[in-house]
Amino acid sequence: MAKLQPQAVKLITEIVERYKDEPTPTMMILEDIQREFGYIPLEVQELVSQLTGVPVSDIYGVVTFYSFFSMSPKGKYVIGVCLGTACYVKGGQLVLDKFSELLGIKPGETTEDGLFTLDILRCIGACAVAPAVSINGKVYPQVKVDNVKNIIAEYRAKEA
Amino acid sequence: MNKITNEKELTERFEHCGKCLEKKFHCEPGYRAIVVCGGTGCLSADSQGIMDRFNEVIKEKGLQDKVTCNVVGCFGFCSQGPFVKIFPEETLYTKVKVADVDEIIEKDIIGGEVVDRLLFVDPQTKEHVQKQNEINFYKLQKRDIALHGNSEINPEDIDEAIGYGAFQGLNRALHMTREEVIDEVLKSGLRGRGGAGFPTGKKWSFVPKTDGPKYMICNGDEGDPGAFMDRSIIEGNPCAVIEGMMIAGYAIGANDGYFYVRAEYPVAVKRLSNAIKKLEEIGLLGDHILGTDFSFHCHIRLGAGAFVCGEETALINSIEGKRGMPRPRPPFPAVKGLWNCPSVVNNVETLACVSYILREGWEKFAAIGTADTKGTKVFALGGKINNVGLVEVPMGTTLRQLIYDIGGGIPNGKKFKAIQTGGPSGGCLTEKDLDTPIDFGSLVAAGSMMGSGGAIVMDEDNCMVDVAKFYMTFICDESCGKCSPCRIGTRRCLDILTKICDGKGEEKDIQDLKELIDVVRNNSLCALGQTATNPIVSTMKAFPEEYEAHVKDHKCPAHVCKNMMEYYILPDKCMGCGLCQRGCPVGCISATDLPAKIPGKFVLKIDASKCVKCGNCQAGCRFNSIIKR
Repeated sequence: MAKLQPQAVKLITEIVERYKDEPTPTMMILEDIQREFGYIPLEVQELVSQLTGVPVSDIYGVVTFYSFFSMSPKGKYVIGVCLGTACYVKGGQLVLDKFSELLGIKPGETTEDGLFTLDILRCIGACAVAPAVSINGKVYPQVKVDNVKNIIAEYRAKEA
Repeated sequence: MNKITNEKELTERFEHCGKCLEKKFHCEPGYRAIVVCGGTGCLSADSQGIMDRFNEVIKEKGLQDKVTCNVVGCFGFCSQGPFVKIFPEETLYTKVKVADVDEIIEKDIIGGEVVDRLLFVDPQTKEHVQKQNEINFYKLQKRDIALHGNSEINPEDIDEAIGYGAFQGLNRALHMTREEVIDEVLKSGLRGRGGAGFPTGKKWSFVPKTDGPKYMICNGDEGDPGAFMDRSIIEGNPCAVIEGMMIAGYAIGANDGYFYVRAEYPVAVKRLSNAIKKLEEIGLLGDHILGTDFSFHCHIRLGAGAFVCGEETALINSIEGKRGMPRPRPPFPAVKGLWNCPSVVNNVETLACVSYILREGWEKFAAIGTADTKGTKVFALGGKINNVGLVEVPMGTTLRQLIYDIGGGIPNGKKFKAIQTGGPSGGCLTEKDLDTPIDFGSLVAAGSMMGSGGAIVMDEDNCMVDVAKFYMTFICDESCGKCSPCRIGTRRCLDILTKICDGKGEEKDIQDLKELIDVVRNNSLCALGQTATNPIVSTMKAFPEEYEAHVKDHKCPAHVCKNMMEYYILPDKCMGCGLCQRGCPVGCISATDLPAKIPGKFVLKIDASKCVKCGNCQAGCRFNSIIKR
């Protein structure tokens, strides 16, 4: 527990407090924490358990069940390649493979420099512009294998 | 804003706001109204920027007294977006960019002249079409039931919704007894739009008439890949869904309603919360609605990315803060649901239909459709089809009409191969099924299902074994793990399919798959597992020769499975330009001694043993001289 910063403990306590009138607030608390910190490590899960009285095993069960929650920090840019059916039949897998090849990471992983996380998305409803890639919420329409290099370069250039 | 505390005030507001809308759509001479599509598809193509620019220019030119501009819901014709529509002429501009805004203002709004180059061009006749309902895509549709108000009203403005008829259905319901409301919905023939098609009125009638808390739940966890109907309905007219939920709440005796919406739909969540907040402010949500003793409160819960939460008992567990695992049924949620209280879970589109039925009367709804299924269905048309988008068609429309008349056929002159409906629980239908009328019974009889409304078209370039593998990968990821037939069975199915797609398949694999399918289907706990193998069953049934080619000849007829295909440069077409050579990441392309068409250049050749099949060469070739074989 010592690892958590006092500000973090304060913020998490506030989040738990927000939902004190809800009968079963676990999901809502965890969603807010995920949004606020980007991940929910074990120490945080223990704290939430202490504050809510929900067993930490249950909280761990929830965190590991839903894909929205993560136990490790994500990269600065989260590249989501849509593999919904519409994107898949239009070559989304090839786009994903290209990102994976150029970044040297598998889906779900983060680059060593902490810049990029590669994720698979299950349909973001942008089927009209398939195959779609979403980077930190910005949607890239009709991405071709050829474009992948430039997209990565665009973000690397921002950092240089 | 003034409160609406009784029927008289609602009627007054309806008439007043209705007149305002009327004025907007049929402007007085000199006045104009501009609406811009604010669906997720158009927003991703910067429709917000278009709207901001319109408002800027309107101000710059001092037109704000005569010209308005606001956002509306999805137009559905997503492949042609972003859309701008001008009233009263109803001119529809397609594929608008921010840079086009000034021209529209100058030419159309000020000059009264249509900007021809931004009109939709009919691909067959090459004619420019000015009005929305003259476009073929819209002709066979009936977009005023579930998509009521989408692309007409501002989803962020409660008054426009009220002026367009929202809460008239609720008002009517509140004059009826609970039994009468259930009876009205039963008579309309409405069946749940979430996929299974259970009669909605019947579901409501299962709720016991005991005291104590009961809950209404709206299932907006639209997880089917390739489906975005519910998202568009919430984004386009949130009040219609809220009203439907209130009517259902009244019918079953619930005072609280929960919306369970995917976190991946930020726009929908924003508009829904905005609508709930404003309705609370004016008293249409809360205690003693319209002066009656009916009280109702709405709450929003976000999904956290689990497909199985679309299953109603898993969804309930998720609201309760647990892992989204299904519960055995019975007891059904109508008896023991959220927090062990009687609950009804209805889909978004179902609830939108409920508000239509109560507003317009059951007869009008029941007059549309087939003997099996009444009303309309919204489909998200996607994949290899020209007119990608959201369509609402009367039940009984055939698949052929859906694909060719509305969808505009297959792009690039390719051949139609299959249409997949029902998402990961559904199946593929082929050429011979195209005259099947769309309703719950007919689609099941043809070997697929209605599902929630995803309709993905595939052409000759799609490998059906690969498609089955795709769905199996999805299901494996999303199986909650509670029961072993689903958790282990789907994994084993995927292993076999992967083996076949890797070119290592044997004839025995097909038999093994069939056995496994029986086990998974008959022994899984919930619908996710029971239907998980449908994509394999339907592709095996419709394309047995493709499976055989994979396991017997180790060939992928569509050249998709990488281990069974190669890239090949056609010597008589190769110009020798060398573009492919520069794009190759492994340097497996080299010159032969055959002279190419460009003098001094030689025809190129791919060394198949080194090729990693990335496809860069084919994507880069300007002369279409590289093929897959």
